[in-house]
Amino acid sequence: MKLNLALAQIATKLGDVESNLEKHLNYIKQAKDQKADLVVFPELSLTGYVLQDLVASVAHQPTEDDPVFKHLLEASHDLDLVVGFVDEDDRHRFFIASAYLSGGRALHVHHKVYLPTYGLFDEGRFFAWGDKIRSFETRFGRVGLLICEDFWHASPPYLLWLDGADIMLFSSASPGRGLTDKEKLESARWVERVSKAYASMFTSFVVHCNRVGYEDGLLFWGGATVNDPNGELLAQGPYFEEALTVVELDLNQLRRTRARLPLLRDERTALVQKELDRILTRGRSNH
Amino acid sequence: MVDLTINTDVARQILTGFIRSEVTRVGYSRAVVGLSGGIDSALSCVLAVEALGAENVLAVMMPYKTSNRDSLEHAGLLIEQLQLPNKTIEITAMVDPLFDLDPEISKLRKGNIMARERMIVLYDQSEVFKGLVIGTSNKTEILLGYSTQFGDAASAMNPLGDLYKTQLRQLSRAMNIPAPIMDKPPSADLWQGQTDEGELGFTYEQVDQLLYLMVDHRYSPQECVEAGFDEKFVDLVLKRIRRHQFKRMQPPIAKISNRTVGYDFLYLRDWGT
Repeated sequence: MKLNLALAQIATKLGDVESNLEKHLNYIKQAKDQKADLVVFPELSLTGYVLQDLVASVAHQPTEDDPVFKHLLEASHDLDLVVGFVDEDDRHRFFIASAYLSGGRALHVHHKVYLPTYGLFDEGRFFAWGDKIRSFETRFGRVGLLICEDFWHASPPYLLWLDGADIMLFSSASPGRGLTDKEKLESARWVERVSKAYASMFTSFVVHCNRVGYEDGLLFWGGATVNDPNGELLAQGPYFEEALTVVELDLNQLRRTRARLPLLRDERTALVQKELDRILTRGRSNH
Repeated sequence: MVDLTINTDVARQILTGFIRSEVTRVGYSRAVVGLSGGIDSALSCVLAVEALGAENVLAVMMPYKTSNRDSLEHAGLLIEQLQLPNKTIEITAMVDPLFDLDPEISKLRKGNIMARERMIVLYDQSEVFKGLVIGTSNKTEILLGYSTQFGDAASAMNPLGDLYKTQLRQLSRAMNIPAPIMDKPPSADLWQGQTDEGELGFTYEQVDQLLYLMVDHRYSPQECVEAGFDEKFVDLVLKRIRRHQFKRMQPPIAKISNRTVGYDFLYLRDWGT
């Protein structure tokens, strides 16, 4: 099976959901014109990233009666979508969220489980922590969503893998930092390295869509990537510029790679569970 | 030897993109730069030109009667090279009456007054030219507090503030800043014979290496000494950084209400754009 995937690395207007929605619909149209089956947008693509006190005023829910999501759900009849937004639950907790929309429905909503609150990041101050890591069925097989800091930790991709995800869709709003004499920023090199490593170790497709544009002095570096189950880079978007990168994934590659390299078959989950249980319940670590 | 080398192509792309973004997102298309004849303002100017086009960047020269003649001449070299719209507005007639009020006035006070007068002229030209003021303070001087608050430190945006002087020189070379500007000793030119390095008591090259370890790589003072820096030098620089924190901040507001600008009224400047 083939999956024609589009990565929409867009710039957003900070706190202007209406204008960001318009841009989403434009990119969805372009992706549709290029026969894409699925288009992935970056983290907080409907709102912008450094929201601070804007959080409550830009929150939405991925339902048909929501003024923003009704347009996106309608568009999802033509092709599947992953969009980034601020989700507000019934008890008014606000989450950094990604929704997978397909056939007019939200198949899955992921709440970011790791909120970086150090260095230039302050997410834990403004958002609630997600508490689930789940893969889910799509028409292309099982998929998992993670958001930025989620995949700086090894456990969320690992859990998605064990939960059946063969396609991992990562989205980010990653500020560029660490300029040295090298051609790539340190932050870009780090994310590219781990994306490739996850694809290799989990023999899965690992897709990463990062936004572009500036917010005050922060520049989000873009450079969307797709790595195949061999850990080979299939496509990469440009740095620093808006782009729609379209690439065809041959999903049969999963079978060919895993026939050669049965890492999933051999993964000793019971051993992991036993040792984790020992480490967490009987001490021995710093946690 | 600590290596501060940067990839100048990437730096150039980030910084020109920054200027373009910050100018255009608020509905402007033009910028104003105070051109002193030194390397920092020359680089800000070149970056602004690359971001916005030469016709959209006004270079303003603001000499005082004792300013080094080379300063104007070097600014002229850049203006010619880039074919920039420009204005020369001498500040002598504006600041001399204030100097004359106090025969005891110190060099430092005069320097601060000149820096602030230039800020006034620049912001006035900003209104005339409908352009935003591009800053010229680099990371070294921001950390050391080597600037006049509300004077040369004032701007609408600062593309150079995360570049050490050493890195700024590297980028200037890559962007073809005229050699006489590159080669001369850095000076605020507030009085005759003044040089930055003479006044600070160390060279930019020395201090940049130390700052890079201390700030960028979070070395403790002890680790800096172990890395080969003189203990007194480390101590001096650390004290200077701490003493000048006030120049890097907005003045603190005394909190009374439930919601106070700066503490719990938090929005980026780019809010809504």
